[in-house]
Amino acid sequence: MRYSNKFLANEFLGLTIAIALPILALPLGAQPPGGGRGGPPPVPKAAAPIDLTGYWVSIVTEDWRYRMVTPAPGDYQSVPMTAAAVKIADAWDPAKDEAAGEQCKSYGAPAILRVPEHLHITWQDDQTLRMDIDAGKQTRVFHFASGKAGMGGGGAQVSEDGGPSWQGDSVAQWEIQRAGPRPVNGSLKVTTSHLKAGYLRKNGVPYSDNTSLTEYYDLVKERNGDQLMVVTIVVTDPTYLREPFIISSHFKKLDGDAGWKPSECSSRW
Amino acid sequence: MNRNKITLSLAILLCAAFPALAEIDLSGSWTSKNHEDNLERGAGPNPDDWAGLPFNEAGRSKALSFSQSTISMPERICWFQTQWHIAAGPFSLKIWSESDPLTGKINAWVLGGWETRAPMTIWMDGRPHPSKNAPHDQTGFTTGSWNGDVLTAYTTHIKTGYMRRNGAPSSDQATITTTFMRHGDMLTLALVMEDPVYLTEPYILTRSYMSTPTPVAVAGPPCIVGYEGVEEGRVPHYLPGKNPFIDEMDKIYHIPREASLGGAETMYPDFRDKIKDKFTIPAKCTRNCGAPGVGN
Repeated sequence: MRYSNKFLANEFLGLTIAIALPILALPLGAQPPGGGRGGPPPVPKAAAPIDLTGYWVSIVTEDWRYRMVTPAPGDYQSVPMTAAAVKIADAWDPAKDEAAGEQCKSYGAPAILRVPEHLHITWQDDQTLRMDIDAGKQTRVFHFASGKAGMGGGGAQVSEDGGPSWQGDSVAQWEIQRAGPRPVNGSLKVTTSHLKAGYLRKNGVPYSDNTSLTEYYDLVKERNGDQLMVVTIVVTDPTYLREPFIISSHFKKLDGDAGWKPSECSSRW
Repeated sequence: MNRNKITLSLAILLCAAFPALAEIDLSGSWTSKNHEDNLERGAGPNPDDWAGLPFNEAGRSKALSFSQSTISMPERICWFQTQWHIAAGPFSLKIWSESDPLTGKINAWVLGGWETRAPMTIWMDGRPHPSKNAPHDQTGFTTGSWNGDVLTAYTTHIKTGYMRRNGAPSSDQATITTTFMRHGDMLTLALVMEDPVYLTEPYILTRSYMSTPTPVAVAGPPCIVGYEGVEEGRVPHYLPGKNPFIDEMDKIYHIPREASLGGAETMYPDFRDKIKDKFTIPAKCTRNCGAPGVGN
């Protein structure tokens, strides 16, 4: 059987459409592995499906009296504490923390995004996202590289002996949402461990050094044009929590560093 | 039918089997994790606690006139809240989709209702919102669109209601944008209310849910109007300057009046500088303190 060139061209076009269109429509997770071009995968900075960099400010519309002021001793609303945790929290003594030089106990990674604050997120290098926080002068470092994540916390937050720290070790990965091969949206997942025991709330609600933290960073565009960052926070602590403590914090993007005001950790305010 | 037509038909069929853009299934039962604002969402907020609420003077004045006995008026006992009650209430979610029986295309996502909130139908078929002069109700009218795996819903045409259950009002000009972000078995909703009548900035709340195999009911027990101490024809309220709870937050939590009466500046970290010298840590929690396994 012989076919004309026109027929073969049409046949080729039809087959191309039949194969290409469904692939373009494949949902996330059904994509063939790899970039499809045979080259190395792009570095995390280049692969970012969303841009988290810049200055952000907390918008405190939730848990106001637990965040903007220091709650009374014994006020533990909303936190699924164990009996052991209540016992420790009932003995909260900020003067004791100050004497021990542990004023940053309520500024550790599981609590830091509930503190009223400004964030400054930058790329430290192609593999590392850095979050500087004015409240308590804290720094978090999110490592995308596989294997040993390296010590998180940076600066003053890394303990001198390389042990657990307020900000722990954080491993990051992009969750990329695609329409066909094209990234159309995404989020950042960060898992943090190797944490030094601290407080979920300023009034002594404890988390232990067995705590692990999982966070999801999403961007939401408001109708008025403002850019929001929503962080879903899951704190798991087999010692002091009866179930994972799940909350979400939101931040508004700022044009610049207006309001950036580094302050020392405080046990009382 | 020639081979070209067969091939193109195959392409169309295969395309129909997949969404045109990345989407994610939201259907199922989602249990609410009330690990934030537990008191506000459960028993209800303290009277006159509007800290962190960006309302204007009109909103504050209306809120100060509110008496909690209002909801015991016979005509309000079974009154529905607006869709904002998704964030202001404590309830879990049941979500399902409704599809065109011929094409299989999803026409709408539905959030089941409760005894105090009507279901929310999020139309996905491109239909426009009604005229601004169309009737408003507590349900409102909602359309949605996907951006990757994130669903954004926009609600208009709601009646006046409450953005906080202690009388902070929302007007019939208010709109609600609800963003659904799913991460595995976890679902986070970001709700943004804009209200040109009572707000100076958008009011934003975020809530988290976990997937559960236990079915979430989409309706509560029937609401029956009974006598709750407010006789028919009386409208409980406080006249200007007569609200007895205006310093309640100061008495209980040492939160000064300028904070508890809200306003946009109370949402931002810099506001702490303004009240720092006026605040002392209360000696002990005296009510609604939370305890393991009991109402926390």
